[in-house]
Amino acid sequence: MLKDITLGQYYPVKSVIHRIDPRVKILLLIIYLVTIFMADNFISLGFIMLTILFTVFLSKVPFKVILKSIKAIIFIVIFTSLINIFFNSSGNVLIEFGIIKITDSGIATAIFVAIRVFMFVVISSLLTYTTTPTNLTDAIEKLLSPLKVIRVDVHSVAMMMTIALRFIPTLIEEVDKITNAQKARGADMESGGIGKRIKSVIPILIPLFISSFRSASDLAFAMECRCYTGGHGRTRMRQLRMTRTDIYAAIFMFVVIACMIVLNHFASFAKI
Amino acid sequence: MENIIEFNNVSCSYEDVDGNKTPAVQGIDLRIKKGDYIAVLGHNGSGKSTFAKLCNAILLPDENMGTVIVNGINTVNDEQIFEIRQNVGMVFQNPDNQIVATIVEDDVAFGPENIGIEPSEIRRRVDDALTKVGMYEYRMSEPHKLSGGQKQRVAIAGIIAMQPNCIIFDESTSMLDPKGRQEVLSTIDYLNQELGITVVLITHYMDEAVRAKEIVVMNNGEVILKGTPREIFSNVEKLKLIGLDVPQVTEIAFELNKHGFNFSEGILTIDDFIREFKI
Repeated sequence: MLKDITLGQYYPVKSVIHRIDPRVKILLLIIYLVTIFMADNFISLGFIMLTILFTVFLSKVPFKVILKSIKAIIFIVIFTSLINIFFNSSGNVLIEFGIIKITDSGIATAIFVAIRVFMFVVISSLLTYTTTPTNLTDAIEKLLSPLKVIRVDVHSVAMMMTIALRFIPTLIEEVDKITNAQKARGADMESGGIGKRIKSVIPILIPLFISSFRSASDLAFAMECRCYTGGHGRTRMRQLRMTRTDIYAAIFMFVVIACMIVLNHFASFAKI
Repeated sequence: MENIIEFNNVSCSYEDVDGNKTPAVQGIDLRIKKGDYIAVLGHNGSGKSTFAKLCNAILLPDENMGTVIVNGINTVNDEQIFEIRQNVGMVFQNPDNQIVATIVEDDVAFGPENIGIEPSEIRRRVDDALTKVGMYEYRMSEPHKLSGGQKQRVAIAGIIAMQPNCIIFDESTSMLDPKGRQEVLSTIDYLNQELGITVVLITHYMDEAVRAKEIVVMNNGEVILKGTPREIFSNVEKLKLIGLDVPQVTEIAFELNKHGFNFSEGILTIDDFIREFKI
C-alpha cells in the first residue's frame, strides 16, 4: 500500500520535455503557475488547458500516469468546489433552502477553481515525471545559489533533499518490516475505532525513529569515510548545460503568456 | 615491501557520559603491507570494528597510547586526514546506510566529487569502477531496486572510484544472503589479486577468513593469534576457548585425529581433506 505513493516518480522516456535543462524547467514551471492564475475567464482557461495538454503530449508521459496524480487530490478539489457552491451567494439563485443558496455564478466559480487546481497539479507533476531527482536537486542548488550571499548553506539544503529522497523507499521497507514484526508479536492493527488504530501506530513509530537515527549515524560515518566535508571544494560529475531546446521552451512560454494577455483582454465577457 | 598501515602498540578506549573509560582495543602492534589480504577474526565486542575505525582516522588512539601510521602519515595529523581516508576506503555492514544518492552512478561519483576531481575524470572513474565490480549495466538504476549483494558492490565501486590503496571491509557480508555474499567475496578477491589493492576483511565467518593470506585473531581488544590460515586453524582448542569456530573440515580432521587418524594440522578445504584421506 505504501509503495503506491508516487512522490515525484520519474517516468523514464526520451522526450523534448525531458531534455529541457532542469533549472529552466523549474523557472518555466513557476511562470506557468502564475500564468494559470492570470486566466480570469473560461476562454483563457480553456486556452491554457490546451497548451498544458500539448505539453503533456510532448513529454510522452501517458495520460494514465498523469491521471494518477490527479486522483490523489480529487477529494480536496471536490471539497473546495462544494464550499464554493454553498457559500458563493452572488448571481442568480437557482436553488434555495434555509441559509444555503446555490447560485449560477457559484457553480461557475466552483468549476473554474476545480479546473485551475487540476491544471496546477498536472503541470507540477509533469516536472517530477520528466526530471530525475538528482537533476532536480542539482537545479534547486544552482537556482538557490544567490542565497549564499545571505549565508544560506544552499549545498546542505540540496544534500538533505537528496538524502531524504534516497531514504523514502528504505524507510517504507523498514515500516513494512517493523509492522510485520509487531504483528508477529500479536499487535492488532486492523480492528477497532479510529482512536485505537492511531494508538496502534505507536509501536511502529518508535522503533522506526530509533532505526532512522541509527541509519543516520551510519550514513554520516560512511560519508565521512568518503571525504565529505560539505559543499566547499566539491565538484560535480554531472554538469548542467543549456541547449537549443531550452530556448524553444522559453519561446513557447513567451507565446503562451502573450496569448493569455490578449485573450484576457478580448474575452472579458466570459469573466468569472 | 612498504607498509600501508602500521599500528604501533595502539590502545583506544570509549568514554561514556560519566567519563568512565572502557578499553576497546589494547596494545595492538601490527603491520599491513601493500597488496596484503588480511582477515581480522573475532566475535562481537572483540574490538574488530574499533580496529577498522582506527585505520582511517575515524577514531584516534588514546593520547600517548601508540600511533597509527597510514601510508607514512600519522592519523593524528588533522590536515592530512582526507588524504588518509582517500587512501584507505571502508565498506560497512549495512548496504542501505552507505549509499547517498538516488541513482547508482551518482553514488559512485560521490567520493571523487568530494575530493574535487574534474568532471570528465570523475565520469571515467565511475564507469571504470562500475565495470570492475560488474555493475555497469545497472548504472542508471535506483539503489532500492537492487539486491543486497548488488548494493554492496555499488558501495565497493564508490570506494574504488576514489582509487584507494587499501579497502577495509567491516563485516560487509554479514547482512547478505549466500548468493550476495559470494558475489561480494569474489569481487574482493578480484580487487586484491588483479588490482593489487590491499584488503582488510573483518569478519566472524571462518570460511571467509580462510581466503586471506594472513589472519589476525582478536579477543577482548587484543591480538591473540597471527599467522597464515593454516597456522591459525591448527590451534583448534585455543580458538574454541575464546568462542570461535573453525571451518567444519578442520574440525572433523581434528576430531578424527583424536581417534587415531593422522591428518596434518590446519586442514582448510574439502579438497585437502580428501587428498589426505586417500593416503
